[in-house]
Amino acid sequence: MKKVLLGFVFLSFLAACTSEGEGDQPTTIMVNTSAFARADLLANWTDNIIIPSYESFSVAVQTLSEASIAFKADRNEANLTTLRSAWLAAYKSWQHVALFEVGPAEIKGLRLSVNSFPANVEKIISNSTSGDYDLNLSSNRSAKGFPALDYLLYGVAETDAEIVTFYAGTEGVIYTNYIEAIVSDIATLSNQVLADWKQGYNVTFKNNDGASATASVDRFVNDYIFYYEKFLRAGKLGIPLGVFSNTTLSGNVEAYYEGTVSNELFLEGLIAMQDFFNGVHFNSTEKGESLASYLDTLNEVKEGDDLAKIINNQFNTARTSVTALNAFRNEIENNAIPSNMLAAYDEVQRIVPLLKIDMVSAMSISIDFVDADGD
Amino acid sequence: MKSLINNHIKASTEAAPLAVFRILFGSMMLFSIIRFASYGWIEKLYIQPTFFFSYYGFNWVKPIGSYTYLLFAICGIAAFFIALGYRYKIAILVFFLSFTYIELMDKTTYLNHYYFVSILSFLLLFLPANCQFSIDAFRNPKKAFRYVPIWTINSIKLLLGVVYFYAGLAKLNSDWFLKAMPLKIWLPSKFDIPIIGDLLSEEWVHYAFSWSGAIYDLSIPFLLLHKKTRSFAFLMVVVFHVLTLVLFPIGMFPCIMIVSALIFFDANVHNKILESIARVLKLSRSSVNNNNFWKLGSRLKQKIVFSTLGLFFIGQLLIPFRYLLYPGELFWTEEGYRFSWRVMLMEKSGYAQFKIVDQKTARWFYVDNSDFLTPYQEKQMAFQPDFILAYAHFLKSHFEKDGHANVQVFVDCRVSLNGRLSTEYIDPKVDLGTIKESFSHKNWIIPFRDEIKGI
Repeated sequence: MKKVLLGFVFLSFLAACTSEGEGDQPTTIMVNTSAFARADLLANWTDNIIIPSYESFSVAVQTLSEASIAFKADRNEANLTTLRSAWLAAYKSWQHVALFEVGPAEIKGLRLSVNSFPANVEKIISNSTSGDYDLNLSSNRSAKGFPALDYLLYGVAETDAEIVTFYAGTEGVIYTNYIEAIVSDIATLSNQVLADWKQGYNVTFKNNDGASATASVDRFVNDYIFYYEKFLRAGKLGIPLGVFSNTTLSGNVEAYYEGTVSNELFLEGLIAMQDFFNGVHFNSTEKGESLASYLDTLNEVKEGDDLAKIINNQFNTARTSVTALNAFRNEIENNAIPSNMLAAYDEVQRIVPLLKIDMVSAMSISIDFVDADGD
Repeated sequence: MKSLINNHIKASTEAAPLAVFRILFGSMMLFSIIRFASYGWIEKLYIQPTFFFSYYGFNWVKPIGSYTYLLFAICGIAAFFIALGYRYKIAILVFFLSFTYIELMDKTTYLNHYYFVSILSFLLLFLPANCQFSIDAFRNPKKAFRYVPIWTINSIKLLLGVVYFYAGLAKLNSDWFLKAMPLKIWLPSKFDIPIIGDLLSEEWVHYAFSWSGAIYDLSIPFLLLHKKTRSFAFLMVVVFHVLTLVLFPIGMFPCIMIVSALIFFDANVHNKILESIARVLKLSRSSVNNNNFWKLGSRLKQKIVFSTLGLFFIGQLLIPFRYLLYPGELFWTEEGYRFSWRVMLMEKSGYAQFKIVDQKTARWFYVDNSDFLTPYQEKQMAFQPDFILAYAHFLKSHFEKDGHANVQVFVDCRVSLNGRLSTEYIDPKVDLGTIKESFSHKNWIIPFRDEIKGI
């Protein structure tokens, strides 16, 4: 209370002080920009983007689950094809929720449980054959999720015909059991996360609408940038491309065994990032409050560069250059120097400082919050 | 001139303000150390990191593993002894050395107020702050003095005045005055502060805070000096620092400044403070009832002390202006930025991606900074050229030890200053591995594209 009183005293002093000091200025400009309401931003994120994205993912996983049961029941080529397309659809849908690793997903460690690649083939085989495994163990993260399914659906033999034969045989049932277990693990985890979001965390997340390092916006923006930098930029592009290691690592490509969809998966992730930035409602063209509109509001006062536009332009450039690429595995394995992909990486990289420096400092959000004094 | 010396240096005055200052300073420092340790910052800032950013010429000052805790303990005990006035001379020397050592260990954590504590404790080395209301004076009445020469108190006032006035001078630039930067960025983000929160996104408030902040810093030393304005000035000190405490994460600094400003009050005020402390602690103040006058011993000693302090203050007045020796925009290059009371002047952040190149084969890879630096270190490194260079040198030697040959280090670094769009900061074609650190101008910094007018 004392602080508040003192604050008042000071403000009245300020008012007195500045009206004197501004003698030469024509008028004090009263810009009536109502402060940007972070509550509206959080509501749009929660109700129109995050929860609908998880719902859609949940449906895709359900379809995947049904396809895996059907394949187990009748291990024929048609059912394998259905299972594969269900896998790809769910994998693409996953790219639209992978960036929401806060709250329930963070607690469950959803991202690492569902999409740790490269898959650990030895472990997948030993788990399948022994039937003795606990998918909740973090040591099994690389033996489950979409990357394990990638191996199981595309990597167990050389050709599609051989894969069909592999599953049709008596050993096949062991592996279909494991497929079912993995799919069910994805379903359980993602349904829990969705349920938590709908029953409680939505309110918690929305109500934490302040401006501290632990407020929803500050934390989420940190996570959002972290996802972009570590998972999208480095995980899907940079690491397989070898930019951190001196040599290319094509085995680290996402969906390595399938071999042709890594660029599509990346683009899904990139679009999810950009749509989120612009507050585009899930599966719609409607827009709500967003990081972009927040920047626009701040800019009305600051009259600086149109940062939202600059960031969107760079998203577009990055998307165009990745779209022009072949599948990443192809780019990496069939070029002595994968220069097109390196050039695309540079465009993807250029978004990082725009988000991490320009956006964050415009919003005065502390990045990688460090609990220390400033001056 | 003679009367000036008599009035401000030689004249006799009651020692009570000095005693109060000593007690409060010691207590504050003890509290600061305890607070620092209780937040786990010793571990986080000095034990966990594998690499430390040294000050130029102080490479030998490094954290000493788990003994670092001992260092902090010694510093805290010294602060406690200062407050008690127990073996004051040794306590203040130990405090000055240990505190300064701690600050020199890693410049990542540089704060103006830590520097202030270091130089203030240096000044206190020469002052008879234990001549009253101290265990020293109580145990040995020969060490108790009621009166001291007024320079002992005025030197503290002068130092405080320099801090405020220079902080005000530093605000006389176009970003601060004409653009209300960086407050225009910082204040709106504090919208959730009760009552005034909504006002903080109003543009006029940003200007009001910027202007009144500068006026405050420039005028407060003089308002505190004059008896007529002193009470008002002290109220302003309290209000100003409490407000900064509410708005910004600046730790103990506001408290230290509020307490320090008490030195400007007359001895009566301080005698009352001492009496009330005595009452609370049920102590008698009999030891100060003598009328002794403290003097610096021999002529030689006087000469040494006065010339040391003279040089010290000349240094304090000149050091903040060393930036004039460098070309380019100070806020951008930061050449001569530290140790100059430039407080809360910039919203600056950067992003630095280092590239390790084999000069012969032209093979290269990027460095993941989180392999070597804590998030805090990375953040501080990314917009300060001396950090970038030190880190580049570290990377070079690290990868050479790792078996890489012909290592070149390049950086792709972008920096944003006071709301300007981020631009390239370091020449990406310069192999930082070949650059020597020195006090001369760093010509590999890409010049600032805009202009900030003013001091």
